[in-house]
Amino acid sequence: MNTAAAPTLDDHDHGHHAGPSPGLMRWLVTTNHKDIGTLYLLFSLTMFFIGGAFALVIRAELFQPGLQIVNPHFFNQMTTLHALVMVFGAVMPAFVGLANWLLPMMIGAPDMALPRMNNWSFWIMPFAFTLLLSTLFTSGGGPAGGWTLYPPLVLQTGDAFPFVILAVHMLGVSSIMGAINVIATILNLRAPGMTLMKMPLFVWTWLITAFLLIAVMPVLAGAVTMLLTDKYFGTSFFNAGGGGDPVLFQHVFWFFGHPEVYIMILPAFGVISQIIPTFARKPLFGYASMVYATSSIAFLSFIVWAHHMFTVGMPLAGQLFFMYATMLIAVPTGVKVFNWVSTMWRGAMTFETPMLFAIAFVILFTIGGFSGLMLAIAPADFQYQDTYFVVAHFHYVLVPGSVFSLMAAAYYWLPKWTGHMYNEQMGKIHFWLSVVGVNILFFPQHFLGLAGMPRRIPDYALQFTEFNMISTVGAFLFGFSQLLFLYNVIQTIRGGVKATDQVWEGAHGLEWTLPSPPPYHTFTTAPVVK
Amino acid sequence: MTTSRIAQAGGIAAGGALLAWSAVAHADFALNMTPGATSVSREIYSLHMLIFWICVVIGVAVFGVMFWSIYHHRKSRGVAPAHFHESTLIEIVWTVVPMLILIAMAVPATKVLIRMADARDAELTIKVTGYQWRWHYQYLNEDVGFFSTLSTSPAQIHNDASKGEHYLLEVDQRMVVPVGKKIRVLTTASDVIHSWWVPALAIKKDAIPGFINESWTLIDKPGVYRGQCAELCGKDHGFMPIVVEAMPEAEFRQWVAKMKASNLNTLTASGGKTL
Amino acid sequence: MEIREAVSAGAANRRLVKRLLLITVAMFGFGFAMVPIYDVLCQITGLNGKTGGRQVAAVLPMAVDEARTVTVEFVANLNVGAPWEFAPQVSHMQVHPGQYYQTHYLARNLTGHALVGQAIPSVAPGLAAQHFQKIECFCFNRQVFQPEERREMPVVFRIDPNLPSDVHTITLSYTFFRLDDAGG
Ligand SMILES: [Cu+2]
Repeated sequence: MNTAAAPTLDDHDHGHHAGPSPGLMRWLVTTNHKDIGTLYLLFSLTMFFIGGAFALVIRAELFQPGLQIVNPHFFNQMTTLHALVMVFGAVMPAFVGLANWLLPMMIGAPDMALPRMNNWSFWIMPFAFTLLLSTLFTSGGGPAGGWTLYPPLVLQTGDAFPFVILAVHMLGVSSIMGAINVIATILNLRAPGMTLMKMPLFVWTWLITAFLLIAVMPVLAGAVTMLLTDKYFGTSFFNAGGGGDPVLFQHVFWFFGHPEVYIMILPAFGVISQIIPTFARKPLFGYASMVYATSSIAFLSFIVWAHHMFTVGMPLAGQLFFMYATMLIAVPTGVKVFNWVSTMWRGAMTFETPMLFAIAFVILFTIGGFSGLMLAIAPADFQYQDTYFVVAHFHYVLVPGSVFSLMAAAYYWLPKWTGHMYNEQMGKIHFWLSVVGVNILFFPQHFLGLAGMPRRIPDYALQFTEFNMISTVGAFLFGFSQLLFLYNVIQTIRGGVKATDQVWEGAHGLEWTLPSPPPYHTFTTAPVVK
Repeated sequence: MTTSRIAQAGGIAAGGALLAWSAVAHADFALNMTPGATSVSREIYSLHMLIFWICVVIGVAVFGVMFWSIYHHRKSRGVAPAHFHESTLIEIVWTVVPMLILIAMAVPATKVLIRMADARDAELTIKVTGYQWRWHYQYLNEDVGFFSTLSTSPAQIHNDASKGEHYLLEVDQRMVVPVGKKIRVLTTASDVIHSWWVPALAIKKDAIPGFINESWTLIDKPGVYRGQCAELCGKDHGFMPIVVEAMPEAEFRQWVAKMKASNLNTLTASGGKTL
Repeated sequence: MEIREAVSAGAANRRLVKRLLLITVAMFGFGFAMVPIYDVLCQITGLNGKTGGRQVAAVLPMAVDEARTVTVEFVANLNVGAPWEFAPQVSHMQVHPGQYYQTHYLARNLTGHALVGQAIPSVAPGLAAQHFQKIECFCFNRQVFQPEERREMPVVFRIDPNLPSDVHTITLSYTFFRLDDAGG
């Protein structure tokens, strides 16, 4: 075996020349990027179903007015944990899983740059979530102050409070280690000839995302640390009574929170930019402008945070600044959508499941972008803020946005990962049920918000009944459709029609030159990129 | 499961579907933002509709092109893919044109925002304090103050009684205001952050413990305007509604006189009158 | 050759990781640095109507603008769990910019034991906050109340004549908080 690239895995060579360790130990001690990618993906799928179950509790309670199933305090725990689980447990780890599997194969590297750290950053997460979810069983229940953790409300959390903070810290550490690993891999382990501007767009978007993570996860850690000292150590960062200010927390939180939104969508842009050219059989339109657009979105994400806070009573100048800056984001985002449409233009398209999800992504994410633009308009935001219009907006961006991109990615690369083709028929049924379900679920929420329904309420006035019923029906349709996906994935892992190396007729890139499934160690000899 | 239970379940499902359908057929669906009862709320409504239609037009254009392409540029139609992958001109165009559209949106938005920020020269100031989970209203120039609490019965909430027309949007004491007068609303809170929102007045302002926030309204027609707390404030966040009743000045004066004499009048939480 | 490459790649990794960790630590610090930055911004912009509960540094004489009258409204709030009665002596005053005025807030301890509290000021509109100068204020210090003590607490203030001419009304609000270390 030629090990030209092997020693670059600096402080370790563990398991490198050998195959995987036998049995369960393989997963516990693995430093192999494919194993860790698999762990991340399976973990996030589990979290997706747990967070989804919480969502169904919420939707079931909201099926009709009155309190039927849960009490308001438990309802608030459900909304809080649904968000925390979906953001930190489902979406973010899923993209890290994709990064682990794909970045080395896309840039011709033998593994991630820091394999041992990779193992740690995964294994922190199950502990963090066990901790977080176990708070449901503490006296006073789990966190119920919303995932945004606004004080003073969050300080009314019971025994769960320190555990929630600790869990957030652990997730932060895990994300930061993951991000450092991604950056080190991309900057240091590219195959000869793989210049930055030749990297697949998924690699580019992850590079930018990783920088966002490093920049903002520590800020979140700082914010929750201050919450902790305010509650237990008598500081008054956010307590007006001691000279602090609860609004300051919101500023710190959203300084993290807005880039966080892009952390969950930029890799999705990358995925879509890989898939559309494959099935359009035409190179991506405007590669360079995609890179610049992604970078400018990332930059703008740092200067728009207070658009989440138009109602806190900012001075006029502040409101104007954050309104204009937020509106500007529409420009690079528009560029991306135009580029995808132009990639399809005069291609020779086929519509396998990944492409269907990618097309649905472009349309439905754009709808979420439109409502985002409406929300940017500060005067109108006073009417939208904290209503179901906002709920509809960010769910359009996150579910048929991020989550659809993850589904698309799973179908797209599953044959490469497992060596088997998934069941296309079932994939298409899953797609259609999902796309119909997700729209029944979230579209009526626009109407609810505009008609005046606040978010995070367990019971509502009678005029909101019909759309809530429709939304709940959509939620159950969408939720249970995902079992098809689970079944399809399991079946594909277990067997099926052999996949070719290229898998898709129009697929280009280094990962498609490898066998399907790729051997445990790949690119131990760096390929040369023309 | 026995046949009768299946039939029963089927009956419930069918009944539910029928109920849902009749509700759909009859309901006066509230689909959109209210134009409201003030000039500011109407301006916001127009702004909202303007941006909405701009988005619709852009959406139809972009998705139209996309669907045209999806229909015509399919492999199954035997087309060969083109190879182009950039065009500086068109990329500049679709960067600059959206910029211009955004500027066109920003101009009216800025105007409305500036108007909303101008709370000067109000004739009446009302301080609104959020509590877990009710509101306190204090009329600064009138020495009138009182709590306003949800008046929907727990039986209705727990489905033991049929729900009234204003389920969850009714209170024991309304905030009464005169029409045609500029009213300044100061919001603050006593425990956690709340947000005072009345859609018809287009006011949504956070009530933050330790700080006061300012907003204003000028209602032009008498009526009852309902709203809710908009910032998660704990267990009963969904159960602290706001009801504003606007009436002609003369009637408002009578109401003030009545309130001053009333034992409901509590200037502060602990009844600051005894000082 | 291979070994040299490997060493330099390993070194490159270490260098990069070190830099990235440095950014991480710096950003963690930045989270905390936002606290003083925010305070400074509040002072400059009047964000949140903060007047900081601070005494004006130097009480320089100012020309009194007799021609201009500004209404100052006084508001009192009690935070949850603050067992006081708390109210302004007068609900509003007409003042001339540049001139000193005095008023009182009244407070009464409703409990049978000693309490410590502090009043937190807030001014609306926020932009007026920096022009509202408190020369003497009970909000500068924590206030100790004996059981059932009733007390008048003075405020001496002045409106800076530089107050933007379009401001006609200023609201001064105090929220009384109970301090937990009461009696300690
Ligand atoms: Cu509230």
